[in-house]
Amino acid sequence: MPLPSTASPADPPASGASEYPVLRENGQREVFCGLTSIVWLHRRMPDAFFLVVGSRTCAHLIQSAAGVMIFAEPRFGTAILGERDLAGLADANDELDRLVHDLLERRPEIRTLFLVGSCPSEVIKLDLARAAERLTSQFAGRVRVLNYSGSGIETTFTQGEDNALQTLLPLLPSSHQEQLLLVGTLADAVEDRFVALFQRLGIPVVRSLPPRRSTDLPPVGPGTRVLLAQPFLSGTARALQRRGATVLSAPYPFGVEGSRLWMEAAATSFGIPPQRVAEVLEPLLERGRRAIAPHRERLAGRRLFLLPDSQMEIPLARFLHRECGMELVEVGTPYLDRALMAEELALLPPGTAVSEGQDVERQLERVRQSRPDLVVCGLGLANPLEAEGFATKWSIELVFSPIHGCDQAGELAELFARPLRRRGLLSFAGAASGSAT
Amino acid sequence: MELTLWTYEGPPHVGAMRVASSMEGVHYVLHAPQGDTYADLLFTMIERRGRRPPVTYTTFQARDLGGDTAELVKRTVTAAVERFRPEALLVGESCTAELIQDQPGALAAGMDLGGIPMVSLELPAYSKKENWGAAETFYQLVRGLLKDQVPPPGSPKIEPSRWRAEGRQPRVNLLGPSLLGFRCRDDVREVSRLLAEHGIEVHVVAPLEARPADLLRLPAADANVCLYPEVAAPVCSWLERSFGMATVRTVPIGVGATEDFLREICGLLGLEEPRFGEGERASRLPWYSRSVDSTYLTGKRVFIFGDASHAVAAARIASRELGFEVVGLGTYSRELAREVRAAARELGLEALISDDYLAVEKAMAEAAPELVLGTQMERHSAKRLGIPCAVISTPLHVQDVPARYAPQMGWEGANVIFDTWVHPLMMGLEEHLIGMFRHDFEFVDGHRSHLGDGAPGQSPAADAVPDPGQQAQAEPQPEGAGAVAVAVAPPPGDGLRWSPDGEAELHKIPFFVRGKVRRNTENFARERGIGVIDAETLYDAKAHFSS
Repeated sequence: MPLPSTASPADPPASGASEYPVLRENGQREVFCGLTSIVWLHRRMPDAFFLVVGSRTCAHLIQSAAGVMIFAEPRFGTAILGERDLAGLADANDELDRLVHDLLERRPEIRTLFLVGSCPSEVIKLDLARAAERLTSQFAGRVRVLNYSGSGIETTFTQGEDNALQTLLPLLPSSHQEQLLLVGTLADAVEDRFVALFQRLGIPVVRSLPPRRSTDLPPVGPGTRVLLAQPFLSGTARALQRRGATVLSAPYPFGVEGSRLWMEAAATSFGIPPQRVAEVLEPLLERGRRAIAPHRERLAGRRLFLLPDSQMEIPLARFLHRECGMELVEVGTPYLDRALMAEELALLPPGTAVSEGQDVERQLERVRQSRPDLVVCGLGLANPLEAEGFATKWSIELVFSPIHGCDQAGELAELFARPLRRRGLLSFAGAASGSAT
Repeated sequence: MELTLWTYEGPPHVGAMRVASSMEGVHYVLHAPQGDTYADLLFTMIERRGRRPPVTYTTFQARDLGGDTAELVKRTVTAAVERFRPEALLVGESCTAELIQDQPGALAAGMDLGGIPMVSLELPAYSKKENWGAAETFYQLVRGLLKDQVPPPGSPKIEPSRWRAEGRQPRVNLLGPSLLGFRCRDDVREVSRLLAEHGIEVHVVAPLEARPADLLRLPAADANVCLYPEVAAPVCSWLERSFGMATVRTVPIGVGATEDFLREICGLLGLEEPRFGEGERASRLPWYSRSVDSTYLTGKRVFIFGDASHAVAAARIASRELGFEVVGLGTYSRELAREVRAAARELGLEALISDDYLAVEKAMAEAAPELVLGTQMERHSAKRLGIPCAVISTPLHVQDVPARYAPQMGWEGANVIFDTWVHPLMMGLEEHLIGMFRHDFEFVDGHRSHLGDGAPGQSPAADAVPDPGQQAQAEPQPEGAGAVAVAVAPPPGDGLRWSPDGEAELHKIPFFVRGKVRRNTENFARERGIGVIDAETLYDAKAHFSS
């Protein structure tokens, strides 16, 4: 897929929804910042520690997003800047070094330390890249110290992972080996399943980024075909191209159709005969469709409004429309990378209202006017919308649950059907008042 | 710079949000980048609020920083005033905006807001925290609204007994209850009922459910009740200084404290002092605590950590009203550390003042308590250590906002506390009994159920402990390993080992003291150079430590 160096709004429209102008909004955003992706990245790489250099707000944000409580000493933390650090950057650097030394002494199992930039550290221009270099040489051979920004002034929610992966890329060894590289954090079980399927298809070498061990980095080079498992890795995709890899163009692996097209894209690029692909995939597709069917009954014809959050909105809208029969009222996305979304947009029905960015008050007005049957939104909005009578699905669950692949298509549909099913189950009227419906 | 893995309190602007969200008709414009809206979910998820906090964020981005972020503040203020038409406006900034120094409060002060009172909040994000921010916001708001009413210096004080001359009931303000505070909703109801029983009217409750107009009425009360010092102490002091309004400072949590509270407030208002022993009749706690069933509570070692008011109250109840032994007392509220230090000294302890949850966990482990009273974090720590726990203080979890009426204050609050604290201990005792009897023939497969034919596939523990959820967890042990074990320490790393008969003897000891016995015995053995601990060593150690 030829990716331009930056997403250009002037891209010529291809087909489907991209024929229509996108509503761009700028205002209050009810979206997490990039720090939040630490919540799943630290689970993916148990030998890595994520140290946010920021404020008490950053610490409070991550612990609130992570479910408010932690059950053990976590592998993420915040170096909270104090007034002295703000007064002098020299002091701040010394303090950071001291704190990192203490931390790594206490956590000898850590192999990679990510210094994660925040809004305050970006604004005071604390040079975390230099700090990472300095600390890497101090811990030579024992711990690698890297840095990236998860700040809210530069990143939204899932972009944190995009930045984290980009900071790993220079460390990837070069290789001409033919391989399939899956990029984007997947649940371990889902990843195992994909690797098994690709091997069944006849692709012998399948690797993942991020790896399960932070030091176990896959090689990259001209023989690498990249399949993006997540739709929010614009920067990583471009950087991999610069390393000689080919980024395969496909929809994302949500639902039966998306998963099929995604796996087919890999198979085609490795020259696997279509007959073999059909042989391997057909039973899975069939089973996936069967799993979706009962949920489709509940979802078909229902009207869906997606508020911007995780950048998964467009692929999910495609799945819910094409495989579950939902009507799309509005598909919000924090930002639109047309190159990365080209295959998805082409599958949306013509005229789909896509909005980019957010002015939450105006968007909520559109929700109230259009009276959708289901609203996909963040945790800050879900209960207030329920109180106004809207059925909602919390979007954060979508980044924490295994939802990729044919085998998960039924579960994915169920996540959206559940709020509707629950509404159907609940009744608080006395028997004497007769049926509520 | 300070490493924080988890924090008891959020930043100070979250405290300001608590005040704004608690009230009606107040809106807060917050100069903050994308991401800071996370704080909304504290209210919508933990408190299950059916509406968004009344907060508008400017959501500035990196590309705005080169341009005019001050203009963005003004646009946001204008839009928020137009959309929400608040009765009072708070304007402030979060940590990042503090660095770019747009001074949103000053900007708003220069705008035409159509006469809406505006309070500029300066909450230093790099040195202060959530409770401080809540207290400062409440104080600034009250002061901002009342400043024109302040009588000139030297004016007579508000005489708390003036109600008599005015021929009406005495009335007081209840200050401090807020969202994300511990059981505030129910405490207000309970305290209001308690006061009504003594002929005292509640004039204004704030900030919870108050409007700006209600704050203007504060000086019409005869006195203020500082119900939650973490939020209301500065306001009460200011009302005392500026209006000469007296403050009731006893926090009515526990039977004795509730009696003290009534005595303080009645004395102040010039009402007849309540009869001693009212709590004996009005609350079940005293009798429940005296009844023989509670004998086993005697001397239970309890570790207490929370915000200052709840920790101090818990220490008094634990030591005087339940007959526990307090073995640790601490708080994360540095602003009120003095009060906690004093309470600890009275119990012969040194208070732990810390916001490092790992330091708290360490102190907890060292104190070897049989019950922990703490925040949600101590609940997790206690769970890891296998110690029963009850939650007494913020920070909250969704389960600390129960559907039922569950106050902490007043007579009913004392009842709730008795149940909440004793229940986890009962569960622990029950597990011990199950362990004792698990080898009896009644517990053999097929004979476990009262129905006679058994419920195969379940362990006896699972049958008899219906709700181990938040209390001590039973770890399944291999058959013949003895009682249900909880938190057995790993083998000591210095070559010291337990003989099979020593280990068997150890397992006859109830699990909730087993950890302590193990540690004591190992220390005893080490001191005497004993390499293998057998049953005799265990009894020698027991004799040594009990003498």
